[in-house]
Amino acid sequence: MNITTLSFILLSIMAIGSAVMMIRSKSPVHSILWLIIVFFAISGHYVLLNAQFLAIVNIIVYAGAIMVLFLFVVMLMNLNAETEPVKNYRLQLIGVISGGALLLILLSALMKMNSQQMVQMKIGDPGLISNLGKVLFTNYILPFELSSILFLSAMIGAVVIGKKD
Amino acid sequence: MDIKAYIVLALTLFTIGIIGVLVRRNAIIIFMCVELMLNAVNLLLVAFSKMHAVSAAVKASPTYASDAQIFVFFIMIVAAAEVSVGLAIIVMLYRNTHSVDVNFLNRLKN
Amino acid sequence: MSNVLQIAWLIPILPLIGFIINGAGRNNLSKGVSGFIGSAVVFASFLLSIYVFIQVKNGHTDVLHYFNFINIESLKIAFDFKLDQLSSLFLLIITGVGFLIHVYSTSYMHEEPAKDFAKYFAFLNLFVFSMLLLVMGANYVIMFIGWEGVGLCSYLLIGYWFRNNDYTIAAKKAFIMNRIGDLGFLLAVFWLIAKVGTVSFDEVFSTVNLAKLTLTDKTGITLLLFIGATGKSAQIPLYTWLPDAMAGPTPVSALIHAATMVTAGIYMIARSNILYTMAPLTQGVIAIVGLATAVLAATIALKQNDIKKVLAYSTVSQLGIMFLGLGVGAYTGAVFHVMTHAFFKALLFLGAGSVIHAMSGEQDMRNMGGLKKHMNITHLTFLLGCLAIAGMPPFSGFFSKDEILAAAYANNPLLWGIGVITAMMTAFYMFRLYAMTFLGKFRGTHDQEHHLHESPFAMTFPLIILALLAVIGGWVGIPEVFMHGGHKLEAFLEPVFANTNEYVNAHHPHEHLSPSKEYILMGVSVAGALIALLYAWNKFSKYEKTELPSTGFAKLLENKWYVDEIYQSIIIQPLRSLSVFFNNVIEKKGIDGFVNGTGKAVNYGSRQLRWLQSGQVGAYVLLMVIGILVLFIIQLFL
Repeated sequence: MNITTLSFILLSIMAIGSAVMMIRSKSPVHSILWLIIVFFAISGHYVLLNAQFLAIVNIIVYAGAIMVLFLFVVMLMNLNAETEPVKNYRLQLIGVISGGALLLILLSALMKMNSQQMVQMKIGDPGLISNLGKVLFTNYILPFELSSILFLSAMIGAVVIGKKD
Repeated sequence: MDIKAYIVLALTLFTIGIIGVLVRRNAIIIFMCVELMLNAVNLLLVAFSKMHAVSAAVKASPTYASDAQIFVFFIMIVAAAEVSVGLAIIVMLYRNTHSVDVNFLNRLKN
Repeated sequence: MSNVLQIAWLIPILPLIGFIINGAGRNNLSKGVSGFIGSAVVFASFLLSIYVFIQVKNGHTDVLHYFNFINIESLKIAFDFKLDQLSSLFLLIITGVGFLIHVYSTSYMHEEPAKDFAKYFAFLNLFVFSMLLLVMGANYVIMFIGWEGVGLCSYLLIGYWFRNNDYTIAAKKAFIMNRIGDLGFLLAVFWLIAKVGTVSFDEVFSTVNLAKLTLTDKTGITLLLFIGATGKSAQIPLYTWLPDAMAGPTPVSALIHAATMVTAGIYMIARSNILYTMAPLTQGVIAIVGLATAVLAATIALKQNDIKKVLAYSTVSQLGIMFLGLGVGAYTGAVFHVMTHAFFKALLFLGAGSVIHAMSGEQDMRNMGGLKKHMNITHLTFLLGCLAIAGMPPFSGFFSKDEILAAAYANNPLLWGIGVITAMMTAFYMFRLYAMTFLGKFRGTHDQEHHLHESPFAMTFPLIILALLAVIGGWVGIPEVFMHGGHKLEAFLEPVFANTNEYVNAHHPHEHLSPSKEYILMGVSVAGALIALLYAWNKFSKYEKTELPSTGFAKLLENKWYVDEIYQSIIIQPLRSLSVFFNNVIEKKGIDGFVNGTGKAVNYGSRQLRWLQSGQVGAYVLLMVIGILVLFIIQLFL
């Protein structure tokens, strides 16, 4: 077992475990912190895949900006464990069962697939900043610029919705 | 690494997100579960981008197989925008109902 | 060549115009005017029919095309009139006898209010129109229009006094019995269309198209057509409507029985003669049914006391004889008998009407008697009619009846034997009727006796004409044994039955009866009828009213073999119970239950499904996931 495989397993356990903890913890603040750990684990996966740019962006945008925004809102509303009423137990069970069934079905479909495709871990450099930048500013220049308009409209929307009327 | 390992990982994360959506009533947590599902898909996209890098002719270009990662980038952009609007809605909801329980959203019914 | 017949479309149109005028103006026309219009249009048709007849006799037969009645893909049904020997002869009978009945009606119906009077004539005209259409139609569909038309008109006329409930029921009975037969006719037409693709007489009877029909087809089609004929022409099992049709005014009975309606079945079979000749099974069925009807009706007539009922059953019996003729292949004989029967039966009915008129509506013969003194013309003409129907030479009935009987003998002597017995019974009941009505002494009330009078000229005139025809009408068909070339009718109708004769000669040639044998047969039947006649004359001229109820067989006959009661219990009662069952169980529980159950199920289901639409986001998401799950399962594993 080489170091790559080992780190893959460790990161996977970390991601899955944290995700489970996220949906299990009562306090929203804890959930957010667990989710941040999941994002870090996923960033680690990106690094393993030699997608450095995305690894960085994931940490900056998700773990940094978005989750901080969540945290901010939670703290603003002063939510804690007691504020959430207990959900119907039966409905929870049904939710878990159906989710698990979905996973099982997808996995069994995967088992039927007889592909021996391997993922190249360290070699290959499409994830490098310079290459991505070239593609982004040549082929994808229009979506890139449009996304700024999307951000603008999202900002205006957030302001309009959040405004006290 | 076998591609299947990544698929299994992404599926697991995705399903955890779904279960979270199903069992939690807190709108913020549900929102976070959606983000988790998005990330699971992102991870799979990146894994696939590395899987397809096989053809020598394609390999010669420095920008081969970058499209999937560009996709991920745009997904992040959209997610960020979505989160800003979504959180604004949740704040609004909390202001009106003093709760973030999605069951109170059933007032939309009438 | 066709130009000479082009005017023929006026023949049916004129009565239709009369119907429209009388029908539309029934509130405004006086009795005189509507009676005149009604009679005049038929008279005009009669004149035209004579013209057509003469043209046809000179060899100008034709099919006149007017327009396409039905035009579907491969099926083209034209509105055509066929004018040949057969139809022109029927035209003469219908319009001629019809005209006399119209004239008679102007006097007979005089006591009706003007409005009903005009209505009556409108219906009569429509009746004649329908019958003309039936006879002139050049294909089965046009024939069917007339066929339905006479059914409708008989309903209207039998139920003319519709305020009397019994009469309405009789009208409905006639209509329903006819409908049963019509269904058979219709099925036969459909069968023809399916197999041959045409309904035109000329095309169906062509050698090419006949070859397309298997023996099963021919037998099936002819049997179905025969069912139609049993309805219209009152044969077993559908004959019961005809005696009940006496509910209508007497001239209507005369019209139905003599000139129109009941002859439709004979005409139709005579028209389709080649089909029937090619289906021996059907011929056998027709002969047996006809003979059975003849015997049954004759026995019933022996014990009836209503003057019109006796005549009604005699009509059924005579129609049976005609069908016997058709069944043994004596098409000419059957048509001949239709003609002579039209004369003497119209005469008898109109005579009976005259008697009823004189008796102020009394129809029971037990209350009559001795009318000879009071009604000379009626008495004399009636006697001639009785002699004609009894088959006394040289009256018309003798020639036509004996032609049929001779043909029956050639086919099977047993048929002949039963036929002769029927003829004897006919002579017996007719002279029972005659003797009870005109001989002996009067048995009615004093008022009635005081009122007795001879009918007016408008009523006696048709009687005289018809009596004349009843006497001499048979002379167009004198058998070969008496006079060579004497059977003018056969020579005239020869082209119509040419196909059949050819077929018969090719397959099983007729053995001609030897002249001596023919004389013997005639002698036997005439002697039998004469004995029956004299016996009845003797017995009933001294008839006294008795209060003794009849017993045994006589009672059975008096009650018409209980056929109506049998129909009532075998067909109507089970049908009624079945409909009650359907109403109570199938309709209320089954269909209503199903319909209401559907409503209830939807109601209940939506009340249950309402909980799905809870407004709970969580529940929606859960459902969505389950939906995805199902889709995945279908996609991946099925």
